[in-house]
Amino acid sequence: MSKNKTHSSGYCTYLWALVALLVLTALSVFITRFELGPCNTAASLLIAGAEALIVLAYFMNLKFESRFYKIMTTLVIVIFLFMLFITFFDYMNRVY
Amino acid sequence: MKTNIYNVPGQDEHDVSKFGMWLFIFAELLLFGALFIVYTAYRSRNPAAFKLAGNELELTVGIISTIILLISSTTMAISVTAIQKNNKNLSLLTLGITILFAIAFLLYKYFEWGTRINEGFLPDTNTLHELGPGTILFFGLYFVMTGLHALHILIGLIFIIYIFFRIIKNRINSENYHLFENFGLFWHLVVLIWIFLFPLFYLIR
Repeated sequence: MSKNKTHSSGYCTYLWALVALLVLTALSVFITRFELGPCNTAASLLIAGAEALIVLAYFMNLKFESRFYKIMTTLVIVIFLFMLFITFFDYMNRVY
Repeated sequence: MKTNIYNVPGQDEHDVSKFGMWLFIFAELLLFGALFIVYTAYRSRNPAAFKLAGNELELTVGIISTIILLISSTTMAISVTAIQKNNKNLSLLTLGITILFAIAFLLYKYFEWGTRINEGFLPDTNTLHELGPGTILFFGLYFVMTGLHALHILIGLIFIIYIFFRIIKNRINSENYHLFENFGLFWHLVVLIWIFLFPLFYLIR
């Protein structure tokens, strides 16, 4: 088993990742103070996406994983976005 | 060990278990992804009702829940790395903190749900019926999505306590930590899901 030592981030990296996540959370809350209409939603979800990338890359060590896992994760995100797209494509083109 | 030019997992027991864990994570992401799509679709049809219903949820509760989970994810990551580096005490300390934060999150969720139920927002109550279909949908999704997430936290908490005692008994150590490492992935997944639940229910107005 010991030959399979997993590469992971260091303690300091985890703490910096936490700081980044807290700053991004604060930023997403701060943005809600402004009435930007649909841009509020887009900004909140974009910030959530950035936070998710930090968790995936550093806490889940995807950054150090093989290309296989990176491709698989990307595929899952693409499938999700595709599902979102076809749902709204259907919704927008319905005639009631 | 045979050289695998595609670097595909499956070369030994550890790789297989990690591959299985990642497959489970992908399935979970798609499960919650489908719920996010349902939320987004209903929101697009009932924007005013979702906005009004969203105002009933307290932003402070969402922020504190997020901070609790982000810190717990960090302590979990430190704990796994500490055991890999043969630092048992640090691993137990940070895992202990993760347990406390997990309990804090569940208690916080319990009180939050209690408040919402007392206010009459539980599905199929008269208060909710009077507020219209959009509000019923919002609170239906709120209870299903946060409830399913809290169930994951509860299962995670049971596993953390199990791993905590395995570390104390030296059954998990710097040579045999793969179960812990895989479970750590599950915990980060739960935090990842919350990162998206937070804006959907507490931020987007």
